[in-house]
Amino acid sequence: MLAQMYLYPSYVTGMIPSIALVKENQALRSALLRPILVCIALGSGLAACAPSQPGQPYDPVEPLNRQVHALNRGLDKAVIRPVAVATKGKGEIAGRISNFADNLGKPADVVNNILQLRLGKAAQNTLRFGFNTVFGLGGIHDIASEAGMPKNDTDFGETLHVWGVGEGPYLEVPLMGPSTLRDFFGALVDAAIDPLNSLPDREALAATAIKVTSKIADRGRYSDTVDSILYDSADSYVQARLLYLQNRRFELGQVAEEAGFVDPYEDPYAE
Amino acid sequence: MLNDTSALSRRRFAAGLALGTVAFAMPFRVAALTVDQARTMIDKAVAEINGVIASGKAEPAMIGDFEKIFVRYADVPAIARSALGPAAKQASKAQMTSFTKAFQGYISRKYGQRFREFIGGEIEVTDAKPLKSYFEVISIAKLKGEAPFDLRWHVSDKSGSLKFFNIIIEGVNMLASERAEIGALLDKNKGDVDALSAALKSL
Repeated sequence: MLAQMYLYPSYVTGMIPSIALVKENQALRSALLRPILVCIALGSGLAACAPSQPGQPYDPVEPLNRQVHALNRGLDKAVIRPVAVATKGKGEIAGRISNFADNLGKPADVVNNILQLRLGKAAQNTLRFGFNTVFGLGGIHDIASEAGMPKNDTDFGETLHVWGVGEGPYLEVPLMGPSTLRDFFGALVDAAIDPLNSLPDREALAATAIKVTSKIADRGRYSDTVDSILYDSADSYVQARLLYLQNRRFELGQVAEEAGFVDPYEDPYAE
Repeated sequence: MLNDTSALSRRRFAAGLALGTVAFAMPFRVAALTVDQARTMIDKAVAEINGVIASGKAEPAMIGDFEKIFVRYADVPAIARSALGPAAKQASKAQMTSFTKAFQGYISRKYGQRFREFIGGEIEVTDAKPLKSYFEVISIAKLKGEAPFDLRWHVSDKSGSLKFFNIIIEGVNMLASERAEIGALLDKNKGDVDALSAALKSL
């Protein structure tokens, strides 16, 4: 988790806009589902639409991304960081909120596990959800992890990866932070297919509020790490991009040596 | 006479076979030995790091201790050269010496400041294996209240002794990250390595 935060500088603000946007708009929801069907129809052919070169960051819209990065950094500095730091220190509560939010994300993980045909993980996540909901007081205690059950977090971006879709161009998304075309699209789909959407409006809103609070608490919890990337590095855009892409490839089980590997002893510039 | 030769040749054959087997087994034995040595080396480094984390010293003292561990176990000149990238080729020997020294202090401060997060936690070496032309030692970092995460050390003996030259945290490559950072700093200093070294000292 620490490392994860290290890699997701402004990711802390999470999917706030996408969740709210999609929830309130049925039309948008179906508009989002239509491309998925197209994806399925095209299958791995889509991989060709979204080129990715291992090692080198594929960033054709860098000038635009840099503007979004400046915007995200400004928002963090003006609003998110101050709120996060002011409410920090309630580590115990932050941990509980984070557990609760994680547990709320499990039904969506199960949907994705099924789409990935990873039925073992789907079963594990279902068990984990039931276990934490029943014995962890609705999910505020992560008893499953304490009992040694793996976390198995996933998302629709990973599902697309399993289906053979490449990561595509790097994107920095307002409020959401570092992403790729595939993963941003995946985040929108996740918001659309989340089983929590079928909750009554008030409960769905509460769930969204919990997720947002959890992201802000995370920003406070890992403030030293996030600050060092956003405010202490010479080029925070490049650092955020590198960290996101390398960690994402690691999460997806892609070989580390293809993800920007450097061998100083075989370095063409060395000696 | 005939018997003698045949006895001799039989003995020679046996000796040859034994030698051949040894020669054949040699590279594997050496590799296995070095994997163990790489693992032992990181085990030692990790034990020292855990010791510093547990010492409860003030931050500047911890950073000082960390720098000593870094110099002892890491191939600092290779890391510094790689971080500097193409500019290392044009730099003079004196420039490289002063850059390497500045880089070493910068890395120790940068990562040493993060030690706070490790208090109450520890690192455990779990595996080691050959990878390309070097070795990868795999460890797990367990921090208080966090899910354990994957920490890998890339170890080589190309400097003349076994040293680590890279750390991979959950897939994130320290060397690649520092290359990007030092590259950006070099640009800010208009490509002047001496100015870069001076700037690093105040970071």
